[in-house]
Amino acid sequence: MTDSTDNLHVMNRAALTKRLVAGLKNREAVIGGIGNSNWDLWASGKERGENFYMLGSMGLAAPIAFGVAIAQPNRRVFALEGDGSMLMQLGCLSTIAAQKPKNLTIVLWDNGIYQITGGQGTPARTAGTDLVGIARASGIASAAWAADEAEFDALVAKALATDGPHVIGVKIDSEPGRNQTDRDPIRFRESFMRAMAVGV
Amino acid sequence: MTSATDAPPTTWHGIFRQALKDNDVRLVTYVPDNVLRPLIDGCHADPYFTTFPCAREEEAVGIVTGANMAGMRGIVMMQTSGFATLPNALASLPVAFQVPVLMVVSERGTMGEFNPGQAIVCRTMRPILDSMGIEHHTVTRLDEAAFMIDRTIRQAFATRWPACLIISPLLSGGRK
Repeated sequence: MTDSTDNLHVMNRAALTKRLVAGLKNREAVIGGIGNSNWDLWASGKERGENFYMLGSMGLAAPIAFGVAIAQPNRRVFALEGDGSMLMQLGCLSTIAAQKPKNLTIVLWDNGIYQITGGQGTPARTAGTDLVGIARASGIASAAWAADEAEFDALVAKALATDGPHVIGVKIDSEPGRNQTDRDPIRFRESFMRAMAVGV
Repeated sequence: MTSATDAPPTTWHGIFRQALKDNDVRLVTYVPDNVLRPLIDGCHADPYFTTFPCAREEEAVGIVTGANMAGMRGIVMMQTSGFATLPNALASLPVAFQVPVLMVVSERGTMGEFNPGQAIVCRTMRPILDSMGIEHHTVTRLDEAAFMIDRTIRQAFATRWPACLIISPLLSGGRK
């Protein structure tokens, strides 16, 4: 797969979220990060109980997913996290690398901006920080950029078939999420817990 | 560890560990702390628990929230200054979603504190907990510890609300 950020095809978060969720056949849990990551997950299938939509705890999609993965080692768990969010909780990459959850995958949507607050550039973009490189340097060996849609599919297939933890980096465009989630945390938690109570 | 004997634990940390077991709390996440060290060490040594350190307290709150929603009860262990990093994570995650995240905080910044920063941050802890309606109890006496810790944990799960136990220097001896 792709180790550097050179020549990466810029993809679309909404389209890839749909593509990812449509390929999940074994009640995999998906934790959406704050804002657009969430909204595109919502648009991909809001009736899906295994999706969890975070509210304001920016940066905690991967830790929440990691917690689900610890509690249910037989269920595969995905976190969908933005680059700005990941930048807030880089330490969790070491925590995850240290515990080696086999069933956890972090999908990192990287457009280099804080899209939802007005599109300001992240310091990582200005500095040329390679977030997948940070994941690998944190000790997550299976961390790669997806060069294009086909490679994204291949990396997801690998995440579904092999031991993790996995990190899949995706360079995305700046199209905002279109369908905002409801703001109903109790309902989200209850439907997610009901789905998690059904075995895989 | 203690399972070889039926004698009840006699230290605050032994009592705490037993209360976690009695309430099926198996996941222990922590950011290191000197006062909590015997509790953390005891959990590490006991295969009943899944115990590991986190880089930051917010992260631990996220992990315990996720685990709880997937059927595994957990606790976050931290020091007073670490708790002070948590208001947004608590308000927007376990409080908003009503997930019973347990917390234990070793109290520092009072009764002989030498570090002005710790003394000031300590004063923020209870107002933060109160403002979110998070039940908290300060454990000061060994003879009350088993009752307070067990009942606080039990109520958190029964009412689906986060709860915080504060370990006072009166109980732990504090930082030497």
